[in-house]
Amino acid sequence: MGFSIYLYSVLTFSGLVVLLAAGLLIAERFLINYGICKLDINAGEKPLEVEGGQTLLSSLYANEIFIPSACGGRGTCGHCKITVMSGGGPVLPTETPLLTRKEIRSGMRLACQVKIREDIFVRIPTDFLNVRMFSATVESTRVLTHDIKEVRFALDGDQEISQRPGQYVQVQAPSPDGPVFRAYSISSAAYEPKAVELVVRLVPGGIGSTYLHNVEVGDPITFTGPYGEFYLNEVPSTEIVCVGGGCGMAPMKNIIYTLYDKWPDRTCWLFFGCRTTDDIFYLERFKELQKKHPNFHVIYALSDELKPGEQWDGETGFIHLAADKYLEQGVARQAFLCGPPLMIEAVTRVLEEKGIHPDDIFYDEF
Amino acid sequence: MSETSVWVIFIAAIFTNNILLTNFLGMCSFIACSGQIKTSLGLGTAVIFVMVMTTIINYAVYYGVLVPLGLGHLQFIVFIAVIAAFVQLVEMIVERFSPKLYFALGIFLPLITVNCAILGASLFMIIREYSFFQSVGFGLGAGIGWAVAIVLMAGLRQKMRYSHVPQCFQGVAIAMIVTGVLAMAFMGFAGMVSIQ
Repeated sequence: MGFSIYLYSVLTFSGLVVLLAAGLLIAERFLINYGICKLDINAGEKPLEVEGGQTLLSSLYANEIFIPSACGGRGTCGHCKITVMSGGGPVLPTETPLLTRKEIRSGMRLACQVKIREDIFVRIPTDFLNVRMFSATVESTRVLTHDIKEVRFALDGDQEISQRPGQYVQVQAPSPDGPVFRAYSISSAAYEPKAVELVVRLVPGGIGSTYLHNVEVGDPITFTGPYGEFYLNEVPSTEIVCVGGGCGMAPMKNIIYTLYDKWPDRTCWLFFGCRTTDDIFYLERFKELQKKHPNFHVIYALSDELKPGEQWDGETGFIHLAADKYLEQGVARQAFLCGPPLMIEAVTRVLEEKGIHPDDIFYDEF
Repeated sequence: MSETSVWVIFIAAIFTNNILLTNFLGMCSFIACSGQIKTSLGLGTAVIFVMVMTTIINYAVYYGVLVPLGLGHLQFIVFIAVIAAFVQLVEMIVERFSPKLYFALGIFLPLITVNCAILGASLFMIIREYSFFQSVGFGLGAGIGWAVAIVLMAGLRQKMRYSHVPQCFQGVAIAMIVTGVLAMAFMGFAGMVSIQ
């Protein structure tokens, strides 16, 4: 006896587990096999044939249709909403928390939760069909503040990206559970089709931001894009108001540079909220731009008190107070806000008081 | 070997020795999934099915493999492995052959893998030295008992949504108190029949 009981225990248990695992593998081989299913997009615009048993999202990815998805198919972000006309089965309990009643009635589903078991007919916005996967190389990285970094990619080969300001890309980042995609707004101007620049704030423990803060010049990068439904107002007399804080700078930098490339005399306001002087970045380059385009107004505001010995000739207090102070009533404007929810709420209230229609206020909360 | 008849064990497992209300096994999914009658009914059905099937399989494994080899002490770990594998298999079968049932039960099946009432039923079967048929009766009874308890609870919680529960008792607190009252009510059955 003595030692042998341990040996028998381990052997018996291992044998049993192997037997169970083998049984499961055999069952999987015979049971989870749906054959080839038809996947029809936008009523015949793009008929595909895919292997059944996968999720709709992964089948679309395999066929280079990049639906936005930030959680990696776990059904938590709710970005991969598309309309399933038929063949998707009933709405799953995993989807209901992320879909409104109206969306469920119109056939909206989360592509990552729908499994393809039969021929399926879906509707995808044409914007998503234009999304492509890009390979690029890190061209430069620059530290902007203690936790914000600017990362610039050069697209490989003769690839070109055609983006609108306010759109975003999804960068592929490695994680212990395989690659995941994380969304970042494009900060380089739309007239630079060969480059994509991002402004990334380091989130402690964040997969995407940790990865992007650690890439070095020459590293390869993969991303999909562009995504986003924001359209810049094309009427030259409409003023553009950008309000943001932190890495909310990214889409606004794109908007401002694209705007002044196209309409050098257009009026544009940039309100940027910081806590302390350590959070300030890009102020010099915007002051340069202000010299070239007199209708460009840049206002930075500090919300915390100055440290002893510091100099600051700009605004103080929260950014919505600055917006309230500078903007006058009743001018046709389009506003783009990017920042934390409380800031968005406060600024939206101010802008509505100034007579901007809620439909003309766009925001990106983070 | 226990001398009690299969019927007595079956009835006792539902009422006098309800696995949830007297042994307090499977409390986590009981509290978490008792919000709506429909969901609790789905989960209850899945528990009944899995409990009956796993007691049968575990009976065979224990008396067919572990006892002859003198490895009775492995029962815990082996039972857990068997339950996990069985649930996986059932999930695949149901998904393949009955999509409708899959959508009704499918999401509850993985939850059951870690339901201690299932493991508890298999272990009681060994401790109380049941024969094969007694085990089946006990598994079925314990499953039904668990399902009855969770459906009762869901019904009460649905009603409670319209009652004025003091703020400090809202949510899980009142659910625990109600479970206690339910358990006391079930104690009224205690003297009728008894299995150890």
